Amino acid sequence: MGSTPSARRWFWAVLVIALLVALPVLSVFALAFFPEENIWPHLWDTVLFHYIGATLTLSLGVALCTLVTGVGAAWLVSMCRFPGRRFFEWGLLLPFAVPAYVIAYVYTDLLEYAGPVQQFLRESFGWQTSRDYWFPEIRSMGGAIAMLSLVLYPYVYMLARAAFLEQCGSIRAASRSLGCTPWQSFLRVSLPMARPAIAVGLSLVLMETLNDFGTVDFFAVRTLSVGIYDTWLSRGNLGGAAQIACSTLVFVVLLVTLERMARRRQRHFVASPGSNRHRYELRGGRALAATLFCSLVLLGGFGVPMLVLLQYALGNFASYWTDDFLSIARNSFLLSAVAALATALLGLLLAYGKRLAAGKTVRALVGFSKLGYAMPGAVMAIGVIIPLAAFDNTLDDFARRYLDTSTGLLLSGSVFAILFAYTARFLAVSTGAIESSLDKVTPSMDRASRSLGRNSWQTLWAVHLPLVRAGILSGAIVVFVDCMKELPATLLLRPFGFDTLATYVYQFASDEMLERSALGALMIVLVGLLPVILLSRAMRGPEDGREEKPAEVAELPPTAAMG
Amino acid sequence: MLSRSLVQGFARIAVAAATFGFTLSSAAAEQVNIYSYRQPFLIEPVLDAFTEETGIETRVVYASKGLVERLEREGRNSPADLVLTSNTSNLMQLVDKGLTQSVDSKVLEENIPAQFRDEEGQWYGLTTRARLIYASKDRVKPGEITSYEELADPKWKGRVCTRSGKHPYSLSLIASMIAEHGEEKTTEWLKGVKANLARKPQGNDRAQVKAISEGVCDLSLGNSYYFGKMITNEEEPEQIEWAKSVNLVFPNQDDRGTHMFISGAAVTKHAPNRDNAQKLLEFLSGEQAQYLYAEKNFEFPVRPGVERSELIQEYMGEFKEDDLSLTEIASYVPAASKLVDEVAFDF
Repeated sequence: MGSTPSARRWFWAVLVIALLVALPVLSVFALAFFPEENIWPHLWDTVLFHYIGATLTLSLGVALCTLVTGVGAAWLVSMCRFPGRRFFEWGLLLPFAVPAYVIAYVYTDLLEYAGPVQQFLRESFGWQTSRDYWFPEIRSMGGAIAMLSLVLYPYVYMLARAAFLEQCGSIRAASRSLGCTPWQSFLRVSLPMARPAIAVGLSLVLMETLNDFGTVDFFAVRTLSVGIYDTWLSRGNLGGAAQIACSTLVFVVLLVTLERMARRRQRHFVASPGSNRHRYELRGGRALAATLFCSLVLLGGFGVPMLVLLQYALGNFASYWTDDFLSIARNSFLLSAVAALATALLGLLLAYGKRLAAGKTVRALVGFSKLGYAMPGAVMAIGVIIPLAAFDNTLDDFARRYLDTSTGLLLSGSVFAILFAYTARFLAVSTGAIESSLDKVTPSMDRASRSLGRNSWQTLWAVHLPLVRAGILSGAIVVFVDCMKELPATLLLRPFGFDTLATYVYQFASDEMLERSALGALMIVLVGLLPVILLSRAMRGPEDGREEKPAEVAELPPTAAMG
Repeated sequence: MLSRSLVQGFARIAVAAATFGFTLSSAAAEQVNIYSYRQPFLIEPVLDAFTEETGIETRVVYASKGLVERLEREGRNSPADLVLTSNTSNLMQLVDKGLTQSVDSKVLEENIPAQFRDEEGQWYGLTTRARLIYASKDRVKPGEITSYEELADPKWKGRVCTRSGKHPYSLSLIASMIAEHGEEKTTEWLKGVKANLARKPQGNDRAQVKAISEGVCDLSLGNSYYFGKMITNEEEPEQIEWAKSVNLVFPNQDDRGTHMFISGAAVTKHAPNRDNAQKLLEFLSGEQAQYLYAEKNFEFPVRPGVERSELIQEYMGEFKEDDLSLTEIASYVPAASKLVDEVAFDF
């Protein structure tokens, strides 16, 4: 659309928003230029390769597990018919609401030596101590891979399922008539066609894995994020820590580029959805295996942790369910809701601006604004404090000098700091979702609306908003759930006496007081469920007597798309 | 339809959030604001007692990392009056960055012995803790281990548990070893301990005692007060069992004494409620608070003459403390951190 005045205005809008949101990441970049000492020779000589090795093993393990689980489950529920399919279709999203650190605490409690499982085994077989038998150690690399996979696979599942649904049934039918078995047809036709969407889901999973600290620390798996905190805290070298954080970003940028390339190819697959849908009818052993597989995944990621937490929470319900607790729950809910609103608004502006003011600069800016998603939380929090406190203090200086009053810490001392951190961190999710929705709206719509005399704002309001509302909604929902779970940034940035469910849970769980933290953990999941259920309604298939709308499902693919 | 209700819903949330932000910013008249590296439930009893006596409200932000950085960036507008820490490194860091102010108080000087406070009054120690060896009652004979040095003895191969070498408590002990034996010998010692580990360093001090009770290992390193917290834990009675499975060893009684460190506090440079902060500090060093620390947290009072809790007397008695200065220990912490990496202690 050339460089009309309106396109230029949108360019500036994108520039301002992207820079504001990128401020924390930029601050961390700036920190990286001022290390206390050069950390690299020491790291190189000693533990760097341990860190990298652990990071790669963990990433690879989680990638493999989420791929098998996510794609497998997605294929089953979208392409086959078996008992419980309709339930699993949305039920498999539930683990999405469970924070990784919570599931890690729960399974440790369950599977460690003193836990009920091993106790039962000892009693049954008359073993005395841990030296009498072998049992897999939950606090290990394997355990960490399992925990992260159990709660992260829904990303892959969500996107793979959307992609399978969008695929035209006739292509599969053609492959079958050309002699492919169902299995071959899956491997040769469906899977390659869904690959771009799966790659998007996987890149999300990997970024979450890279910035995780709570789980890996608890399990003594020493990845690069442990290295970052160690350099910062035990060596007092924040600049060095920032350097490691920035280097991991390089890895992320690589992932993002990969994902963007995948998405570029995706555009070629114009779906003619809903046509000729045929599901394989599974019978007997196969049907049982399918039901069992889905049940196990759901039980592992949701059922078991919920039962354990419920049991703890109910045991002492009256003493935990206090006014204080309710106000903490309200804090969490409000913060997450406002952050979801903010990311929805900013995401819409960014995505729409990118559409109107097309160009490399704008694309790069939008991509840059999303980097916060991959930064470890506490490092991101320092990145938030730096610009906010600088702004506050400058404003305060000004006010003291000219107005003879003090404005204090206007932003950094209030909940605004947390909101800003959430927005900067999770904007990637909502922008991605809205972008993919907008991409599906043909530009001729814009032109038609403009030629009928509406300006770009009116067009956005009257034409695009109704068309992309599903994208906005699903982006906002994912952001909401992510904010409910966010811990490290919230912990550091909160004002006095301010708790969220996540910080409440952390305080007790980190001191081996799982019982006291159970109610909080349960609330995180229950409140997080609300949006998951909303999301699942948008995912309903045609058999529910509703109009099939694969487009709504497809909003999520680029959820974290950094493109 | 959907988009309209969406907008309405968002608007309602925005209004609710605005009122909620407003109520948060309203402040009490007499207050003291605390940045705490110590968990809230540990300090709550003492803070409550302070409020009851003085009418001054306490407000706390607890975080396990980053409070020093937050304070630094907030500069003169920071609302924080007092920083509570659980180790000396954080106190030194605060002083190094010029974030503290000296407090000149007769009360504090009287209550806190000189070795537990800064010469210029930039920080004050409030409690002391000992780094002990926890030994299995069943598998380690009394007197079989008497010093930190012996943890590297090959006879303990596969029998030692500890938390991460990078934790401030571990670093402090390693730093004291460097002060005593020099870097080279400490490296050898650290390698020896690593070779004796029953499992990769993980979990907190309590988790190690639990491991002993489960038969995973026979010896572990842990702070003294965890024993009291476990053996009195009515809420989680299994911890009583853990504690009952171990004997406490106070290492190095025949030479330099057991390694000690402190929890402490410092008044911030720009404390808006400076006087209240000083009052709180004085209160924390006073008889009642020191008694509470000992009684509820099983830490040792810094103030001489305060009765140690019955439980401490029963299990710990009197023992010889290493009187190495806190500043000297802190100066060796970076070197200790380096050694931990060099022997890849945590991997």
